Amino acid sequence: MTVYLPHTIEEATALLEAHPHALVLGGGTDVMVEINFNHRKPSDVVALRNVDELRTWTINNETSSIYIGAGVPYSEMESGELQKVAPALAAAARTVGSPQIRAAGTLGGNLGTCSPAGDSLPVLSALNAEVHLASSHGVRSVPFAEYMVGPKRTSRTATEMITGVTIPKANGWQGYSKVGVRNAMVISVASACLAIQDDMVRLALGSVGPTIIRCVEAEKWLHENFATLTDLQPADCAEFGRRAASEARPIDDHRSTAEYRRHAISVLAQRLLQRSIQS
Amino acid sequence: MSSVKTRRDVLGTSALRPDGPAKVKGEFDFTSDLHADNMLWGATLRSPHPYARIVSIDASSALKIKGVEAVVTSEDVPGQLTYGLISSDQPVFAKDFVRYMGEPIAAVVADHPETCRRALDAIVVNFEVLTPLTNPEDSLNQSVPSIHPDGNVIRNQKIVSGDITATGPIVVEGDYVIGMQDQAFLGTESALAIPDADRKGVEVFVATQWLHEDQKQMAACLNLPEEKVRLTLGGVGGAFGAREDISLQVHTALLALHVGRPVKMQYGREESFFGHVHRHPARVWMRHHATAEGKIVKIEARFLFDGGAYASTSSAVLINGITHTQGPYKCANAIVDGYAVRTNNPPCGAMRGFGVVQACFAHEGQMDKIATAAGISPVEVRLLNAMETGDALITGQIVESVAPVARCIRETAALPMPDPLSPNAHELDLPGGSGLTAQPHNIVRGVGWGVSIKNIMYSEGFDDYSTARCTVIDGKVTVKFATSEVGQGFVVLAPQIARSVLGLDDVVCDTIDTNIGSAGSTSASRQTWMSGGAVDGACRMVRERIFEKVAAENGLNPLSLVIEDTDIVDSMGTFRIPVLQAVQGSVFSEEFEHHHRATEDLDDDGQGNCHVAFAFVAHRAVVDVDPELGLVKVVQVATAQDIGVALNPLSVTGQIEGGIAQGLGLAVMEEIIVQDGKVRNPSFTDYLLPTALDAPNVVASFVEEYEPQAPLGAKGVGEPPCISVTPAIVAAIRNAVGKDIPRCPVRPQDICL
Ligand SMILES: Cc1cc2nc3c(=O)[nH]c(=O)nc-3n(C[C@H](O)[C@H](O)[C@H](O)COP(=O)(O)OP(=O)(O)OC[C@H]3O[C@@H](n4cnc5c(N)ncnc54)[C@H](O)[C@@H]3O)c2cc1C
Repeated sequence: MTVYLPHTIEEATALLEAHPHALVLGGGTDVMVEINFNHRKPSDVVALRNVDELRTWTINNETSSIYIGAGVPYSEMESGELQKVAPALAAAARTVGSPQIRAAGTLGGNLGTCSPAGDSLPVLSALNAEVHLASSHGVRSVPFAEYMVGPKRTSRTATEMITGVTIPKANGWQGYSKVGVRNAMVISVASACLAIQDDMVRLALGSVGPTIIRCVEAEKWLHENFATLTDLQPADCAEFGRRAASEARPIDDHRSTAEYRRHAISVLAQRLLQRSIQS
Repeated sequence: MSSVKTRRDVLGTSALRPDGPAKVKGEFDFTSDLHADNMLWGATLRSPHPYARIVSIDASSALKIKGVEAVVTSEDVPGQLTYGLISSDQPVFAKDFVRYMGEPIAAVVADHPETCRRALDAIVVNFEVLTPLTNPEDSLNQSVPSIHPDGNVIRNQKIVSGDITATGPIVVEGDYVIGMQDQAFLGTESALAIPDADRKGVEVFVATQWLHEDQKQMAACLNLPEEKVRLTLGGVGGAFGAREDISLQVHTALLALHVGRPVKMQYGREESFFGHVHRHPARVWMRHHATAEGKIVKIEARFLFDGGAYASTSSAVLINGITHTQGPYKCANAIVDGYAVRTNNPPCGAMRGFGVVQACFAHEGQMDKIATAAGISPVEVRLLNAMETGDALITGQIVESVAPVARCIRETAALPMPDPLSPNAHELDLPGGSGLTAQPHNIVRGVGWGVSIKNIMYSEGFDDYSTARCTVIDGKVTVKFATSEVGQGFVVLAPQIARSVLGLDDVVCDTIDTNIGSAGSTSASRQTWMSGGAVDGACRMVRERIFEKVAAENGLNPLSLVIEDTDIVDSMGTFRIPVLQAVQGSVFSEEFEHHHRATEDLDDDGQGNCHVAFAFVAHRAVVDVDPELGLVKVVQVATAQDIGVALNPLSVTGQIEGGIAQGLGLAVMEEIIVQDGKVRNPSFTDYLLPTALDAPNVVASFVEEYEPQAPLGAKGVGEPPCISVTPAIVAAIRNAVGKDIPRCPVRPQDICL
């Protein structure tokens, strides 16, 4: 096994071009588990720890957007400046694993694995994030909805790497809730991100389908029936929850049942909407 | 002496553990850290199927891999092909059939763990896959073919007591289900075996609960005399019952003897889930008859324990379960039927609480139902029925132990309740924790009770004695025993005993190995009583010798000498001499075996004095519940425990807090999920243990009433903390949401759907 340690994105993409089967290594919190379980036996590894530009984030006030490098760890998102401009992402980051995992695990890694249970993903979906990909042939940006195409399946090609994401600066309430069977350090059984961006309510669900699910029908229902959110009655929030649940496509597995997952989504969506009105 | 000690680490003090600093700093050598020159690694090939016939095993490709030294199967076992704690029914390696997922079929030995892994992949086993027997009810059906030559019923025992036609105006019934819990110790199974040069003996370093029992079973399988299998305790990272059975002991020694080189084996976390027995999942049906006031008149019960593929300790777990049907309550009339059966599920055996956990979950659910029917509180119904010393169990055995049940309940009730949930409560403190699923107004709070009785020491005629030696050379004391230190703290208690008895302060524990008689198992809450009794006895014998010497030298009567702090004093005169001074230049060494009083088997009606002694505890749980999402947060557990006396208060507190966390795990999250005989969650990703955000605030009170039968007046404290806390937490959830939840662990959907 050869481990390459590029210092720039250019070097990294050149290595991926030369070794299309190489495994990209971010914080390693998914990769090392797979290697230890013998699920992956990489021959070449492109390790990104020395690529400083991946570890940066910037707030652009002109475009009112935030750029977050693929190598930024959760520990940097869960508090401080990023929490102020991206509160749902901060809440999602706070639910990931333990302090050790949050210090090592990155946004790029969550996107690389692209599990329906990845905690940052419903946030990226709700915020219509742009995912930036680079190869030695150039760069492209894809909306999150086009990036994730199935469970652990993405539209990224083998010679492309993720360089970062762009999300809008929060200009309305946003929150993330995750149900697990323990109060910390747990894989989500069902999760939801609700964000009010430009006065539009957006809702995305995790762990209840093969991909992150954007609740377009529930969003549309809300938009068409309520001019302002202050008009919403508790019964309307409950109806929103029911509509969101009907868009979920959960399954039974050893972590939970489809029935519970669907039910949990109706509660989470209802509560998130209620919290957004309260504040 | 260079320094003067102001406080002596004697009995009754919270003396600190000698292994504490190294463990905290990560410097403690666990068995998995051991290494020997020229060492090879061993690994186990396991069955992917819960039930299959082995058609053929072809290891030829594996043997061709560079670095692979050997592959062994049942063909290579020189002695007995099976082992087992009670009946020898479990193969060292599966021969004709595999009976559970993960059953060992072969072992490889190679130069590196990775080579072992490749070799395991290269072994080709042809299976004829069979339909597994996975529903324990089917195991009772005579027409279902046996999956083992010993049959599908491991044991059936009845208890018939008093007037079985008795009844009362209150009749309550419940059908309770307890899930399969794992001991989940942090230090996975590990052993290092070093063969003798002539390959006619082997030295084994192993993390185990009972060196001498391992030695006996290993010697039989290896076809060696017992003294040729020498065991030393390796550093143990927790046990909780899972190290009572053989796991990799025979395999490691066999491989080492086979290749004539040291061999180490170590399980990873996933393999560990397949490598040891678990807590029995059980179904317990109970029907209680009571007076209108809520006094128990009669109990009917049926227990079904799923023992999995091999017997392990199932028959003893069954007896513990059914003989604790009544709980810590008076009951004259009962009819109980209990079964432990074989299935193609993972084998189950010892885990902290040993059968009583399952019984307690059911009887405590029943007590709350009686309270509701009688219109009294959970505390009142328990006080009304509380057992006392001198009461008879449904087995006819008189409870001679100190039995402060009512006091445990009252003292628990007197402990302060937590503050009510504040509307400004921190979001992480709510059910759902870091998932931020709720706000305070979504939460309801419940309170629940659990009280338990637990037998301590082994039962049914078994003489689980314990041996210790005390040696004093020039005032330096060495205590020697084979007592497994699995985290309970015997390595701090034994020196405390020696200091108290001898008045000498310089005490060390010798290596824990088989160079002395058995100490019995570190289980059944027994080592403080049994090995504590043995150390106490050996030290007392040495003290007699010292008194004899001092008396002879000074013309005194040895019978009038006593130890006062660090001096020998003549209680009839004025003579006084420091012990340290009196023993200079002398050597004393005495060995003592402590035996508990004899017990009996049960007869066909389940009557007999089968247990040695009992300990009691009460738990009150306060739980916040999110009724819509079914998520919980255990806010506080209050407990008053009957401990005899606190020989080391800090150790007692450690057992109480740890046991409560483990009982909480069974109440709300810990379960090995088995579907069609296959384990679905063999990892800490999906087998969830409580985290710091799940563990409750514990408020504890020691109920100290000296136990006259115990050598040091102290009862074992290891198991009781984890027994009644589970039903207390589940009762609190029921109380919060007003729903009858008959199973544990309670899953979110059990609460909200
Ligand atoms: C104990 C534990 C708890 C966890 N808890 C959670 C949790 O609560 N929620 C959650 O969502 N996840 C959790 N995870 C999973 C993991 O931590 C996250 O998915 C994390 O975001 C992965 O980031 P990483 O940098 O460690 O990725 P890595 O492990 O380095 O990589 C993950 C994948 O992404 C690819 N990759 C990484 N960076 C790039 C890049 N720049 N370009 C292209 N591909 C890339 C890798 O090739 C690999 O396929 C947990 C993991 C552990 C071990």
